[in-house]
Amino acid sequence: MDKTNFAVFTGQPDAATNPAIVEVIRTLTMAGHHAIEVRDIQDLKALRPAAGWSGSVVPVGTTNEATTEAWGYCRDSRRIEDTIIPVLVLIGGSHVSELSDRNEQFDDFILSPFHPSEMQARISHLLWRSGQAPGPEIVELGPLLLNVETYQASLQNRPLDLTFMEYELLKFLAVSPGKVFSREILLNRVWGYEYFGGARTVDVHVRRLRAKFGEEHAHLIQTVRSVGYKLDQSRAI
Amino acid sequence: MEPQFDYVLKAVEERQVRLIRLWFTDVLGQLKSVAISPAELDSAFEEGVHFDGSAIDGFSRVQESDVIAKPDPSTFELMPWADGGSTGRMFCDISNPDGTAFSGDPRHILKRNLREAEANGYALFVAPEMEFFYFADGNPNHQPELLDSGSFFDLTTSDVASDLRRRTISVLEAMSIPVEYSFHEDSPSQHEIDLRYTDALTMADQIMTFRLVVRELALERDRYASFMPKPIAGIQGSGMHLHLSLFGEHGNAFHDPEAEYGLSEVGRAFTAGLLRHAREITAVTNQLVNSYKRLVNGFEAPVWISWAQQNRSALVRVPVTRVDKPSSTRIEYRSPDPSCNPYLAFSVLVAAGMKGITEGYELPGELKQNLNELSASEAGKLGVSALPASLAEALDEMERSELVQEALGDHIFEWFLRNKRSEWADYKAHVSPWELQRYLPSW
Ligand SMILES: Nc1ncnc2c1ncn2[C@@H]1O[C@H](COP(=O)(O)OP(=O)(O)OP(=O)(O)O)[C@@H](O)[C@H]1O
Repeated sequence: MDKTNFAVFTGQPDAATNPAIVEVIRTLTMAGHHAIEVRDIQDLKALRPAAGWSGSVVPVGTTNEATTEAWGYCRDSRRIEDTIIPVLVLIGGSHVSELSDRNEQFDDFILSPFHPSEMQARISHLLWRSGQAPGPEIVELGPLLLNVETYQASLQNRPLDLTFMEYELLKFLAVSPGKVFSREILLNRVWGYEYFGGARTVDVHVRRLRAKFGEEHAHLIQTVRSVGYKLDQSRAI
Repeated sequence: MEPQFDYVLKAVEERQVRLIRLWFTDVLGQLKSVAISPAELDSAFEEGVHFDGSAIDGFSRVQESDVIAKPDPSTFELMPWADGGSTGRMFCDISNPDGTAFSGDPRHILKRNLREAEANGYALFVAPEMEFFYFADGNPNHQPELLDSGSFFDLTTSDVASDLRRRTISVLEAMSIPVEYSFHEDSPSQHEIDLRYTDALTMADQIMTFRLVVRELALERDRYASFMPKPIAGIQGSGMHLHLSLFGEHGNAFHDPEAEYGLSEVGRAFTAGLLRHAREITAVTNQLVNSYKRLVNGFEAPVWISWAQQNRSALVRVPVTRVDKPSSTRIEYRSPDPSCNPYLAFSVLVAAGMKGITEGYELPGELKQNLNELSASEAGKLGVSALPASLAEALDEMERSELVQEALGDHIFEWFLRNKRSEWADYKAHVSPWELQRYLPSW
């Protein structure tokens, strides 16, 4: 992953003056990410980089109006078709109670004011969880071993010769074992662009991977009916 | 460096690949290969590999013969059966020295046609049923000997066949080509392997790989695999039925649960396009003199241009799809044979089908009856026409076709016609054993 683009939510008012936002942008930039300010959900769609968003950092603000807007943005960002952008919420200590019934609207939070290294750690964890980070060099799942550095894969010590996209798909699934991904998400995250008939492409690649695994291990990639795929050692679905 | 390049370079290093074959296809559909060493890989990615195209069928041009092969890193695979697995291969795109795409490159032609379909919102998906024979050898000077003819193979026949089958499947799957194997009950020497559907470009690449793998693995076992459309008179020939579908923004565009047979308006119009232009595109889907000996009555090959849900004599079949599998909605185009150039065949098919969609062609009525015994006058009454009966007739149709000319581009269109006309001229001048047997005694 070379470019990681983060959308920093600023809200409508003259937000550039808001020191928290300036600090967020600086922290992201320092960590080698690309920070782009977005005022609202329209901006998020319009400014979407070719490689997609890696995540969004959302300071929820303090006034009633600002918090409503920020949470609205978080919610809407979940609904942009085919993408779930990891959301890190920056929240003041006195507002923490707002988190309680909004679990599905963010992925992680950090208290404001924040320490840059804490934010960086949380960001890299988010990236890792969403399968975007370099993460560990070796990914191991039962008999399956992926070396992220050398791009090599093996199954029960037998080398697996994969095409680039087969490898990328497998790595993406392997980084979050047990987690179910829809075809659209996989297409978006692994292929990084959308083309017609795209979601079929995911099925086609899954079938090829299973064929390469051989019958004994084909079940490692499980189909979750009408949802998508996951990589799992257990046989049960 | 692009991650895809890096990926290939690392794989070559880690897997101790010693040779990389750069593959491309000539106009007649023959696989060509230029080999490079791992040390040359970097520059092959950056600049491509120059070679003289004048010796390649359909590549020569008047002034220029230098062309450049640029490997497509997404197609890198090891060839598990060759040289102990230390050889890799990639498909190439061919360009001119100035960097523009070379108009004689069939892979480029297919990409262009697929891009046009994409501009209309559709991606073509294809699943072929590949039929072929295993023979005792490839000696053209005697009748091909079937594996089950007794004398030669006797006891070992079934062993050899099942061993070959196992090995072929495992090599294909190792090369990202998932398959289903079918048996041919009527002729144990004839085999069918169905390739799982994928996008048309990848499928054309896969067919090229498939033909090579099947032939090379047979040679390994001292057998000869043949994709000739009709190697033996009186026995069903080898076809390459194609299952076709279009995917759009909302999934399979051929699917409409409300419509007859679940086939949408888009699917009907696409089919109408195939039927209306069938005569024009047949020279490309059936490119040999011999292809037309398969397209005769009585051997489950189509002769009449018609469609039906369940009718083995129809040109297009609309297979029943399971209610819970809308993504499998497709049509089956049954005339092509496995000797065709898959890039060019898919090009004319998608052009014909898309024409049906963009011009809103009406699909004629379904013909359920068995058409095998149809006489010309009955056909006239039904309003069905026949596929071309010979390569010459097919070439006449092709030559008049704007659709084919546009789909193939002038370079390939003209070269193909010239080459095939001369093939026909040779054939026409030939006097066959059939003629001697038939005429010599009485004349
Ligand atoms: N959309 C499509 N376009 C072209 N060919 C297709 C399409 N869907 C399926 N096919 C082909 O049709 C045949 C039947 O496939 P289908 O998936 O319907 O049934 P199946 O073989 O029972 O599959 P499964 O094992 O996944 O249930 C296969 O050869 C497949 O490659």
